[in-house]
Amino acid sequence: MILNEKSIAEIKDKAKRYPKRKSAILPALTVAYRQLGYVDDTIYKEISKVIEIPFIEIAEAASFYTMFPKKPRGKYLLQVCNNISCALMGSDSMIQYLEGKLKINKGETTGDNLFTLISVECLGSCSTAPMIQINNDYYENLTRDKVDELLEKLRTEG
Amino acid sequence: MFYSPVITNAKEAATNKNFHLFTYVEDPEQHKLEKYESHGGYKVWKNVLVSMKPEKVIEEVKKSGLRGRGGAGFPTGMKWGFIPKSSPKPKYLICNADESEPGTCKDRVLMERDPHGVIEGMAISAFAIDCHLMFIYIRGEFGHCIERMEEAMKEAYNKGHLGKNIHGSGYDLDMIVHTGGGAYICGEETALLNSLEGERGQSRMRPPFPAIEGLYACPTIVNNVESLFAVTHIIKNGGEWYASLGTEKSKGTKLFSLSGHVKRPGNYEVEMGFNLKKMIYDPEYGGGILGDKKLKGVIPGGASTPFLTPDMVDVALDYEALQGIGSMLGSGAIIVFNEDTCIVWVIKKLIHFFRHESCGKCTPCREGTGWLEQMIDRIEAGHGQQGDIEKIEEVCGNILGRTICPLGDAAVMPIQSAIKHWRDEWLYHIENGKCMVETHFEFK
Repeated sequence: MILNEKSIAEIKDKAKRYPKRKSAILPALTVAYRQLGYVDDTIYKEISKVIEIPFIEIAEAASFYTMFPKKPRGKYLLQVCNNISCALMGSDSMIQYLEGKLKINKGETTGDNLFTLISVECLGSCSTAPMIQINNDYYENLTRDKVDELLEKLRTEG
Repeated sequence: MFYSPVITNAKEAATNKNFHLFTYVEDPEQHKLEKYESHGGYKVWKNVLVSMKPEKVIEEVKKSGLRGRGGAGFPTGMKWGFIPKSSPKPKYLICNADESEPGTCKDRVLMERDPHGVIEGMAISAFAIDCHLMFIYIRGEFGHCIERMEEAMKEAYNKGHLGKNIHGSGYDLDMIVHTGGGAYICGEETALLNSLEGERGQSRMRPPFPAIEGLYACPTIVNNVESLFAVTHIIKNGGEWYASLGTEKSKGTKLFSLSGHVKRPGNYEVEMGFNLKKMIYDPEYGGGILGDKKLKGVIPGGASTPFLTPDMVDVALDYEALQGIGSMLGSGAIIVFNEDTCIVWVIKKLIHFFRHESCGKCTPCREGTGWLEQMIDRIEAGHGQQGDIEKIEEVCGNILGRTICPLGDAAVMPIQSAIKHWRDEWLYHIENGKCMVETHFEFK
């Protein structure tokens, strides 16, 4: 198994709380994604065994949602909200700034596998735009200085 | 940073006894059970359990005039009344926390900063419809809200506010925090039900309505976070108190998320009927247009509501007044843009969103949003053709009212209003291959 014991236990624990086990598909995918940073067919099969739901039903659901990518991404996933409220506050220009700083294009990962840069739809941070979600955390009211500081911190930690 | 650094009018909310959503929103300890209880938290829930009948709770909410705060504005008490009492099936309550309408960032603040307020409102509402298992469906990206709600739920269980035989009343109530997978459509209640059942998040035909056949084909009520949050206060102070706030038909207070080109973007609790112009310009709220530029337009209720031009903004923020001028209150997300904004560019951003979020079930929406995106991208890129506007209008007309859920309409209405208000700008764009106003918002 690629899923570790902790993830399996968490998935089982979640699954037993629902009146119907199939409801545990999204929570299970979320747990798997948190552990691995991707969820592919092999993982669908593992989840299928843990919650006793056919593989195809897991694949069917998973492929609908944007939060369960099939391939791993960089250690830090930089998701820049580029919907209207953020765009009015310069998110297009912030993406260009990040592309320049990271020397990659939107959609790409840096050579050291540290950063992946993507633009996403509204993240519900409209009154604190522009913003980036990095893995689980929101960084809001961003400026060039704040972005510089943030990338430096992540580089040191990474 | 755990909290969103969003500006709120918490000071005003704490001193105005009629405000109740943001009263404790700036208290850094409010998310803890002890602090919540020190303000009288869970007292209403206990009181409901020992002294109220479910019918009485529904009656008070009906009397209050509360309408769904997620965007549709359907009367909450009436919705609850559709639950068939005689049904032997279990009943479910779902708190819709899939906040994703562009411009909307209010439910997030309630969950992050006052999660017990959300749980208490849910519990009272669950009791009203004889529900013993309630869910909160939170959008997957809201990691902090999910953590906060899970922590608060644990505390509530440990203190006996949830679980079996709550406070000796004989009433059992369990709760599940469920997380989504990043799909806007799952904020639509029937798509949410499918998603919660482990399916793709595609909407369902109605009837049957969820109140009759919802989650697992059982009677189900889906309500927005802000609506459920208000329920506790309606029961505490009475339906008549709530109905005394706001306007004749739009009752109570409402959270508004103000974003875009204003000096003080933020979340503000105000009574229904508050003036939009005041919201944008008053120093206590929006503080005026960023850089003292001229206002060009406003989206008053989230990305799916028709635009307002500057001559229309002296209007009351309530369901009827906005409908009266051809727009909608929606989720209360006010997006403001200044004179440097090209309307085709705005629409390009919006249609990209709706094309991306269309679930793909209905042909008019799936194909139509794609065609619209292609044509609008082409115009924005300077390759517009004569007849494009008419073609866009035709496609819009063929989506409107022809889809199972409102996403199709939501995609179309802003486009139609943008063409209506700024047709000359679209024509200029097509004829000259460029924007009438060059849009570039620099990140500094």
